[in-house]
Amino acid sequence: MSEWWTYRLGDFLMFSPRVYERLFVLYNQALWPAQLLALALGGAILFLLLRPGNTGMRLVMVLLGLAWVFVAWTFLWQRYAPVNLMIPYVAPLFVLQTLLLLGLGTLKSKLNLPAHWSVPRSLGSTLFVYALAVHPWVTAFPTSRGLWGAEVIGLTPDPLAIATLGIAAMANPASKAWLLMVVPALWCLISGLTLLALQAPLAWLPPLAVGMALVARLWPRR
Amino acid sequence: MPRHLHALSRRRLLKGLLGTAAAAALPPLDTLAETPRTLTREVPGNDESLPLVGLGSWITFNVGDDPALLESCTGVMAAFFAAGGRLIDSSPMYGSSQATIGHGLSQLGAVDRVYAADKIWTSSPDDGPAQVEASRSHWGVPRFDLLQVHNLVAWEANLDTLLAMKEAGEVRRVGITTSHGRRHENVERIMREAPLDFVQLTYNIVDREAEQRLLPLAREKGLGVIANRPFQQKRLIRRLEDKPLPEWAGKIDAGTWAQFILKFIISHPDVTCAIPATTQVEHVRENLAAAREPLPDADLRRHMADYVQSL
Ligand SMILES: NC(=O)c1ccc[n+]([C@@H]2O[C@H](COP(=O)([O-])OP(=O)(O)OC[C@H]3O[C@@H](n4cnc5c(N)ncnc54)[C@H](OP(=O)(O)O)[C@@H]3O)[C@@H](O)[C@H]2O)c1
Repeated sequence: MSEWWTYRLGDFLMFSPRVYERLFVLYNQALWPAQLLALALGGAILFLLLRPGNTGMRLVMVLLGLAWVFVAWTFLWQRYAPVNLMIPYVAPLFVLQTLLLLGLGTLKSKLNLPAHWSVPRSLGSTLFVYALAVHPWVTAFPTSRGLWGAEVIGLTPDPLAIATLGIAAMANPASKAWLLMVVPALWCLISGLTLLALQAPLAWLPPLAVGMALVARLWPRR
Repeated sequence: MPRHLHALSRRRLLKGLLGTAAAAALPPLDTLAETPRTLTREVPGNDESLPLVGLGSWITFNVGDDPALLESCTGVMAAFFAAGGRLIDSSPMYGSSQATIGHGLSQLGAVDRVYAADKIWTSSPDDGPAQVEASRSHWGVPRFDLLQVHNLVAWEANLDTLLAMKEAGEVRRVGITTSHGRRHENVERIMREAPLDFVQLTYNIVDREAEQRLLPLAREKGLGVIANRPFQQKRLIRRLEDKPLPEWAGKIDAGTWAQFILKFIISHPDVTCAIPATTQVEHVRENLAAAREPLPDADLRRHMADYVQSL
């Protein structure tokens, strides 16, 4: 495409704020009461993160992996793709993330969490707790969506990506953890740009999560 | 070729709509006889004329499978046809908009009423025919009235596809589109060289570059002109809405800024129609009502543009 400089961010937005909001409302209504199960599983993951151990971490990776493929199919492919022509190119990355989580997180030399509290572990845990317990409220109430519009971990992409970033930001070994951060970070940037184009007040949240995860990841380990 | 304004018989347009459930929402025929008529303009080179205001579908009709929003778009289309509208513009680039239009046309029984204008938009021209067929099936029309090469994407090969379809009677008219004032030199060259029926470009009271070369060329070549982005995707209306309409806007019955802008666009003798998009029944009525007498003459048009410039 020539004349890139003549395009604004808004020129790439192909749906209205009203359509975006109702996407979550109708999705939640169709899935109810799956939100309760998703939140319970999220709570279980938090419990495992607070008591790091090999079996627990493997379970966390399996649950996260399943969530990524579930979101790819039920949210991205079935609901979001019809109104956003970019999504068919993004959904396969979610499947790739599932493979990475299952592969890197459960095979022989798997991921583990630091046993002691540290800056990376605090930042990573904060991101996870935010995704699980705060993000649904932040997306439901300051907007006109109401509770049906809440973005719930495991069912919608933003909190899932933020939670995954949180876990990967504190995990060891670094080489594997970095790999697990690529797709969630990419999604958070895409989501931030979409929200910015929609003029949503909280557009800065997903990119901020990427920033926090990078700080945690780059923080010197003892 | 001189371009004549015609009053379109709304009674004729509505005939096909009546008898359907949605037609119950349309005004009764006896009141239509008294309401002012929507002006049409001859499509140059063709023995047909089109209402001066059509309907765009970028963003506004991209609503997915949302039943409430599909019904709301059908309501917009019902009001559009009831007010005498015909040309609806879409593209495979507009997400689910084509399917939304198809839903509305089938609900309203308006397949025979619509002037179906769509686009070919692919950088792999071999995929063009399949894309057009998919678009046609979304709309649920037997064939398109107009197919345009969207934003000049792979225009030579895609235009060949469209011209072959026209030859085979699979589409009635062909054209090209651009917007935001982009690639006007290319557009001009294609208008000179290719056997087009229509050109679609951005033209409104502040984006007037087309007046210099493209509109006179369209007249010379006998092409229909569709004016897109009449409100700069609403930015223009937002910019003006807190400013007062001049008192002399009453001379042309422009009661709102939207009507002021539309009357400016469609009173250009080389413009066939403007295609504002909207999600609101009130707005579609307001927009169609702009396509009524009186329209400004050349002097008043200049005055209108100067006034907006001065704000
Ligand atoms: N390259 C191309 O081929 C190309 C490029 C651009 C556009 N197009 C075509 O041209 C069409 C029109 O352009 P556009 O959709 O970009 O922008 P537009 O028609 O200039 O503006 C659409 C916006 O104007 C608002 N609006 C409509 N009527 C109004 C009224 N009476 N009062 C106040 N606001 C009103 C609508 O909001 P509400 O919903 O609130 O009414 C909508 O948000 C497109 O839909 C598309 O079909 C083609």
